[in-house]
Amino acid sequence: MIIRIMGEGQFELPDADVGALNALDEQVERAVESRDDNAFAAAFAQLLERVRGHGTALADDALVDSDLVLPPSDASVDEVARLLGDEGLIPG
Amino acid sequence: MQRMGLIFRSKATKALDRAEDPRETLDYSYTKQRELLVKVRRGVADVATSRKRVELQRTQLEQQGDKLHGQAQKALAAGREDLAREALTRRSALQQQIADLQTQESSLQAEEEKLTLASQRLQAKVEAFRTKKETLKATYTAAEAQTKIGEAFSGISEEMSDVGLAVERAEDKTAQMQARAGAVDELLASGALDDVTASPNSDIDRELAALSAGTDVDSELESLKAQLGTGERQAIEGGTDSGATTPASQPDEQPEGRGGTA
Repeated sequence: MIIRIMGEGQFELPDADVGALNALDEQVERAVESRDDNAFAAAFAQLLERVRGHGTALADDALVDSDLVLPPSDASVDEVARLLGDEGLIPG
Repeated sequence: MQRMGLIFRSKATKALDRAEDPRETLDYSYTKQRELLVKVRRGVADVATSRKRVELQRTQLEQQGDKLHGQAQKALAAGREDLAREALTRRSALQQQIADLQTQESSLQAEEEKLTLASQRLQAKVEAFRTKKETLKATYTAAEAQTKIGEAFSGISEEMSDVGLAVERAEDKTAQMQARAGAVDELLASGALDDVTASPNSDIDRELAALSAGTDVDSELESLKAQLGTGERQAIEGGTDSGATTPASQPDEQPEGRGGTA
């Protein structure tokens, strides 16, 4: 599974990580819904850390679409809420 | 793929259907990629310029802070605790501004590094795309056109969206910092900070100058007196030879004028 962290590049992760990522993702989503800055920052950082820690960075010249795209690490809760409201981050 | 709320799914590119010759789409996209690459590099340069500007301002404020510190020392040595306190108070106000500039500086530094890496990634991908594009054009058959050319775009459109957004965000940040840096520049130019700090006309400086002018006169007077005294004493000593209280040792301590700090 290939995941892009916007502003950082793409990482390849074992599919086995999807479960753990889903759990973290839910935490992030809840924090976004309640506009809880602190909870969001903590959960989002954990999610990104998981991707960075468990993933291998793709080569710079790799031309592969990502399966999933994460917002940039310095995205605020409001920004993410706005992105969630949109069709998606990557225009088709 | 399982449901993921926050994580966005990347979408396949589907912009190619309408081009008469799909190969033109490849060239068109390549042009766009080159344009974006130029834009990112300009972004890196802009951020670097902002960072240097903030750095320069910080250095200027630090110099003013040092100067105030020196003034406080002088004032204290002259027995003017009130002036020393004033200088230190102004210095501490400056220090908050310096800390703020430091934060901005490191934020711009991080932004610069991020964009530099983004530009390197994009460049590598654009180069890979170009190779792929040339190969595809050389072996092109109409039958395989749509799929092959569709595949050629994998990765690059996504990268372009990502980098495009990164540049926008960097521009926003730089614009904010420029505005703040502009405010500090205006402050420096207007003399508002000068009054507080470094200008030779600042009130602290004036008072210290007056003070030291006073001490200079005093100390000069003292040393003149001392010279005179030595002469007299030598004359007297020649006559009476009553050297018990040796005031002659005093002139050695006097020339610096420290004694006159009344």
